[in-house]
Amino acid sequence: MTTVQDLVNRLNLTTFCLPDGGRGITGGCYCGDLLSWVMGRAPAGGIWLTIMSNVNVAAVAALTDLSCVILTEDVAPDAALLQKAQAQGVNLLGTPLSTYDCAVCLSRLLQAQA
Amino acid sequence: MEALHLVYEVPGGDLTHAGEASSQVKQALRKLGYDSDTIRRVSVCMYEGEINMVIHANGGTARVEVGLDDIVITLIDHGPGIPDIDQAMQAGFTTAGDQVRDLGFGAGMGLPNMKKYSDEMTVASTVGVGTTVTMVVRIP
Repeated sequence: MTTVQDLVNRLNLTTFCLPDGGRGITGGCYCGDLLSWVMGRAPAGGIWLTIMSNVNVAAVAALTDLSCVILTEDVAPDAALLQKAQAQGVNLLGTPLSTYDCAVCLSRLLQAQA
Repeated sequence: MEALHLVYEVPGGDLTHAGEASSQVKQALRKLGYDSDTIRRVSVCMYEGEINMVIHANGGTARVEVGLDDIVITLIDHGPGIPDIDQAMQAGFTTAGDQVRDLGFGAGMGLPNMKKYSDEMTVASTVGVGTTVTMVVRIP
């Protein structure tokens, strides 16, 4: 099974916070910036791509049981988000890619390893 | 096992602190050994409820009863109340302001998500008095 650490290695992701790199990707990927849509639709164990970078992102990721969050478009977490991600054990990553381009890369990667 | 009762005061006004009660419930359920799907459903129901109380009611009280067969979440606030509950339940309907939307909330999906992830949900509200939402998540 593909792990969060595999994604970091293969897509050269920035690791803002990686407390659980061994976590398996069990739920595909969800792209979105409206937090309740993410909670309603993102599958457990999935990857979440977003440009939202406030503190609530960590709470959503933790409570929805996502495997990791990837901030796209070179977005960096604010200090409160970083602190919350560390406290809640959320894998928080980054990429300069757009959300679409990152999703395409993830799709190829997940299919190749399926 | 006797039912476990948890009570939290959810402070109003500041969305950045919303989710503390949900996180504590999640941790408690984890320690008790509940399955991850049940924990996720309870967590989302409770977090959406917390967010609603912070946005609309200046906070409130969250009670969680953890039993053998189900987990019952009751959210009680003394906010403005909901004039039309059917309308509030519709996906996309919102009365949240721009500040809330800028943070990524206020998309009108909170109550629909709570209904989706709970097995039973009731909303009792009186305008000018407050709102009580009760959600039951059954343990498989």
